[in-house]
Amino acid sequence: MVKTFGSFLIFMQSMLVRKERFAVLWKRTIDECVLIGTDSVFIVSVVAAFIGAVTCVQISYNLISPLIPKSTIGYMVREMTILELAPTITSIVLAGKVGSSIAGGLGTMRITEQVSALEVMGINSASYLVLPRIVASILMFPLLVILAMLLSILGGYLAGTLTGAISASEYIEGIRSDFIPYNITFAIIKSIVFAFLVSSISAFKGYYTEGGALEVGAASTGAVTNSIIAILLADFVLAAILL
Amino acid sequence: MIEIHNVQKAFNGNAVLKGINCTFETGKCNLLLGGSGTGKSVLLQCIVGLMKPDLGSITFDGTVFTNNKVDIRQEIRRKIGMLFQGSALFDSMTVYENTEFPLKMLTPEMSKEERRDRVEFCLKRVGLENAGNKMPSEISGGMKKRVGIARAIAPNCTYLFCDEPNSGLDPATSIKIDELIHEITHEYGITTVVITHDMNSVVEIGDHIIFLHKGEKLWDGNKDQILTAKVPELREFIFSSSLVRAAKRVDEESEGGLEALANEPLSEV
Repeated sequence: MVKTFGSFLIFMQSMLVRKERFAVLWKRTIDECVLIGTDSVFIVSVVAAFIGAVTCVQISYNLISPLIPKSTIGYMVREMTILELAPTITSIVLAGKVGSSIAGGLGTMRITEQVSALEVMGINSASYLVLPRIVASILMFPLLVILAMLLSILGGYLAGTLTGAISASEYIEGIRSDFIPYNITFAIIKSIVFAFLVSSISAFKGYYTEGGALEVGAASTGAVTNSIIAILLADFVLAAILL
Repeated sequence: MIEIHNVQKAFNGNAVLKGINCTFETGKCNLLLGGSGTGKSVLLQCIVGLMKPDLGSITFDGTVFTNNKVDIRQEIRRKIGMLFQGSALFDSMTVYENTEFPLKMLTPEMSKEERRDRVEFCLKRVGLENAGNKMPSEISGGMKKRVGIARAIAPNCTYLFCDEPNSGLDPATSIKIDELIHEITHEYGITTVVITHDMNSVVEIGDHIIFLHKGEKLWDGNKDQILTAKVPELREFIFSSSLVRAAKRVDEESEGGLEALANEPLSEV
């Protein structure tokens, strides 16, 4: 465990020494932004909208006391979405999609000697292959989380009003009441930390793949599992520190 | 010229290279010959810097590579071209982009037009001038090897390393690849090191041959000397080939019939 963590730190350091030219890394980062960000919009949108909808329906199911105003449903959907569901669930979804893609891609490059080809050319393969993926994740995760927040609240609105659980005006009143802007900042900080964890852990797993196709699959699975555990741990630590 | 001095490498206490001393000469096709597990690939990886030897040194034209400053090692690495066993083409890039890649990365001062001219020249040199837009998944094994060679020579490499360039290829295509490597070596006067266990390559392109056995250098010489070498392990390696034994039998039975067969021209691949 300690040895693996040490190797991870050395891997992170190797990315930052002998960096390739800025123009090369920038172009690679933009390409990765498309793969990590744009290509994930659909799955993030679907998951976020349904989570918002289900949250709204389930809260309305539990709020049976006539003393509690219906607008509370909107308030709770907003708070749960911004503080937890949007950053954490979106990051877990992205750990599955982006994390496995990073680990699988790098693992395949490793076993087919493409990484060695870069090294022989005198190119720092960690810097060329991994740094743009981490930077792109850090840029894209917050944007996807903000999108998830919006769609989740919208999903709650549609589900609440279409099922008759809450009126439109009550829902809007709920999502506008007692709003704390810091919660958005907190969610974005979380998404940046999760982005770094998912991309760096997945890259580490993929970069050091040895063997054949079976090991690439194992690296992808390991990347997703470890990323999710890291997200949940970091979620707790950040909540304890920042809230 | 590449000089190898007492290179040793062990994995988990198991010695794979036991003090190799040899020289790879400039302008020649230097062959590292040996059976599987004799340490050829490990030696090659030590030479190109993918692996660090436990002991010994490697010198490129008088400049020490092993344990030298990172900048100096990088400078040497940029003069190295390598053809990998599986070609190692970047599968997200076309043939053209694969060939252009080292130029883009290593020679940023080159203009786009200069790069295009160089890539077109290299692809033409390996006979793939019409395959630039193809993806690696769309071309044959032999073509992939050619692209690998084009990519290796694109930045005007001084040292060319080929790790089993004939693996997975049919005999006729193998000969074509061998010829291409041989021609390029002599045309550009580069130092070429080829790992092989293919006797066809030995007799085709072996300007200088080093025979490795169980991590030790047992013999070196050229293709004219190898068949008469007296080293038992080398003789066993050469004559263990079923093809050689079958040919010998046919030759004995048909009283020199093989000579006629050997003189027949090969069709174009």
